[in-house]
Amino acid sequence: MEYLNIIFQESYKILFLLVPVLVSVAMIVWLDRRVWAFVQKRQGPNVVGPFGLLQSLADALKYIFKEIIIPASSNKVIFILAPIITMTLALIAWAVIPFGVEQVLADINVGILYIFAVSSLGVYGIIMGGWASNSKYPFLGAIRSAAQMVSYEVSIGIIIINVLLCVGSLNLNDIVIAQKEMWFVIPLFPMFVIFFISALAETNRPPFDLPEAEAELVAGYQTEYSGMMYAMFWLGEYANILLMCALGSILFLGGWLSPIDLYPFNLIPGAFWLIFKILFLFILFALVKAIVPRYRYDQLMRLGWKIFLPLSLTYVVLTASYLFYFNLLPTI
Amino acid sequence: MKISRFFKTILMTDFISGLFIAIKELFKSKKTINYPFEKGKISPRYRGEHALRRYPNGEERCIACKLCEAVCPAQAITIESAERADGSRKTTRYDIDMMKCIYCGLCEESCPVDAIVQGPNFEFSTETREELYYTKEKLLDNGDRWENVLAANIKSDNPYR
Repeated sequence: MEYLNIIFQESYKILFLLVPVLVSVAMIVWLDRRVWAFVQKRQGPNVVGPFGLLQSLADALKYIFKEIIIPASSNKVIFILAPIITMTLALIAWAVIPFGVEQVLADINVGILYIFAVSSLGVYGIIMGGWASNSKYPFLGAIRSAAQMVSYEVSIGIIIINVLLCVGSLNLNDIVIAQKEMWFVIPLFPMFVIFFISALAETNRPPFDLPEAEAELVAGYQTEYSGMMYAMFWLGEYANILLMCALGSILFLGGWLSPIDLYPFNLIPGAFWLIFKILFLFILFALVKAIVPRYRYDQLMRLGWKIFLPLSLTYVVLTASYLFYFNLLPTI
Repeated sequence: MKISRFFKTILMTDFISGLFIAIKELFKSKKTINYPFEKGKISPRYRGEHALRRYPNGEERCIACKLCEAVCPAQAITIESAERADGSRKTTRYDIDMMKCIYCGLCEESCPVDAIVQGPNFEFSTETREELYYTKEKLLDNGDRWENVLAANIKSDNPYR
């Protein structure tokens, strides 16, 4: 009986996290389209609901009622599994994101490692979808995406090492608290920029949306998908973008800390500040989508391996020597 | 040259200036309109849906001269005429096949009595092809419905004719 009680309580907590995340994913899709449209001086989705806020719900409804087509020559089990994996992996990573001192689902000591592992696994959903479709464009898209995500994960990993050197803990809450004096965006600004660009590549956003480059690959690994399965890929992708924004704000922008540690700002709960920072980063994501052309594939690889990797490695050395020389190495 | 380019790349000056342009454009007024709720301006010469007009006393203008039928390059107009009881020549049939019509406006120009005109209405899509075979009743009905706009358009375009 006690066992059941614990399960019930935990699932209640999970629902309390997942439902807002899913709703905000829907809203963020609307925001993305709207910002994109506004930069191009269009109206954007504005018909369904106030300011078109319910557009994503209408789209989801449309996807639910559409037929799911499974290609005859596809590997059916993997074909169906791929979007499920993408979405699940995008959502489980939220378990360790702290919204306040105690407001975290799983306050584990290897939080950052967990997020990093889960977002690395995200490649599997895409490559499975591309392979199981048994069609050339999805396969090419999947190969591109796998190579791209693996390359940029390397530089993200090294950037995270930079932050960890300054914190001395893998716990996300510790990382946030370590920024009480100064957000890491100030001493590690070049790393923040590289993290942002790598996050764009990691989540297949323009200018690195090569896996789904319309002009070349139809829709990349999503080509053969339809209906709810396509929507799940889509949801997973945007949940991943949100997660990357959350990670960026926790690593560099002080997570749930208020920007000014003064009286009226202290009263606002940390969750609000985190959401505010995530939104700020996301609007930056959306603006970048509107202003940049797509990279060529060799340019993408060059940027990842020849520029970002050496730069972030150099910065690790710099940070480590600085901390060591001035005896600032954290002791937790 | 090389060094300035290097610093430009490292500091991403082009990207940052692009970002600021994007933010500036974000708040400018929109160039597109909310179509079903607001519509763009249409010239008085706009060649939209056809209409047959009437005189103010309710008599139809068309005298069945068949000039429009003759001039129509797509041969979309079919007219049959007969003498009416009062001795005037009127059409008994005036059909326009809107799918053949190329909306060139020659019928309107050839008409000596301003009977057949092309109005400002462009939203007359239908679900079946049959509905696009316009008959005399449909055209007269259009004329009655749009008369105010049609008369105003003809009047404002008159100086240029």
